[in-house]
Amino acid sequence: MTPPRTLGGVPDPDEEELIERLRAGDESAFGSLVTRYHPSMVRVASTFVPSRAVAEEVAQDTWLGVVKGLPRFEGRSSLKTWIFRILVNRAKTTGGREPRTVELDTGDGLGSERFTAAGTWREPPVVWTDDIEDRLAAPEIAARILEVVDQLPESQRQVVTLRDIEGLSSKEVCDVLGISEGNQRVLLHRARTRVRAMLEDDVRRWGK
Amino acid sequence: MMRLLSSWRRDIVCRDAVVLMTDYLEGVMPARQRARLERHLASCDGCEEYLRQMRVTIAMLGRVQPEDLAPETRDGIVELLLAYREEAELDGEGGDGGGDDGVAGNT
Repeated sequence: MTPPRTLGGVPDPDEEELIERLRAGDESAFGSLVTRYHPSMVRVASTFVPSRAVAEEVAQDTWLGVVKGLPRFEGRSSLKTWIFRILVNRAKTTGGREPRTVELDTGDGLGSERFTAAGTWREPPVVWTDDIEDRLAAPEIAARILEVVDQLPESQRQVVTLRDIEGLSSKEVCDVLGISEGNQRVLLHRARTRVRAMLEDDVRRWGK
Repeated sequence: MMRLLSSWRRDIVCRDAVVLMTDYLEGVMPARQRARLERHLASCDGCEEYLRQMRVTIAMLGRVQPEDLAPETRDGIVELLLAYREEAELDGEGGDGGGDDGVAGNT
């Protein structure tokens, strides 16, 4: 299950208790915090830096920043958002990701060939939402989704990872990445559109 | 751009509808545009299915689980943090400056 989320900075009582324990240096509190967020942090950091190993370093370095900042953490954002903000700042400073030289080969599934001159579907989308779960096993879908997300241009990948995979709100995503809501939406739309197109292709290919 | 401007008054067509899906799902559409899109969706099975596909896509993205963390990795990080914390406490506030050097520099 996804960890508890706070909306717009409303304090989560469990989180408050966790923060108290962290401040007191409770080892098991640190253990559960690391278990809960470290893999996500590495995933998010990977969208900024050239390798998994560097992402791992950025995440570890972020943890030190978290320990250091805890006494001053005021709970105006959720703990997760706060941690991600530290992470993204460090990841940006580290940077070094090679700009993509090869264009993404998955399209958005919405080329001009899909619509008539009047703008209606030439061939309407085939219905697959009813039975996708029967056709594709969940781990299979997750692996394919990550594959496609990995191929997205960085900015789209960052937004969709934080928003849809990690479950941050749009406001939190903007806050963490330092982008406008409008920009966030455009990037999110492109990313989701491409992931949808991939799912459609897969369902067509495997579902027969 | 011209297309969007010229489509301002007429009904939404499928090609416009797919572009608006995220704004729609995010709940950031002006009421009138939203009403026009909903009118289109009510009469277009293709776009209705497309919207469902976007929703399913979002749900699938949301179900991607974080990788499991190896207990050794977790314990290693926790140990590092506790040691770092203790050190910071011994140093008091003045120890802040060296804080970020706790790990080998970024490559």
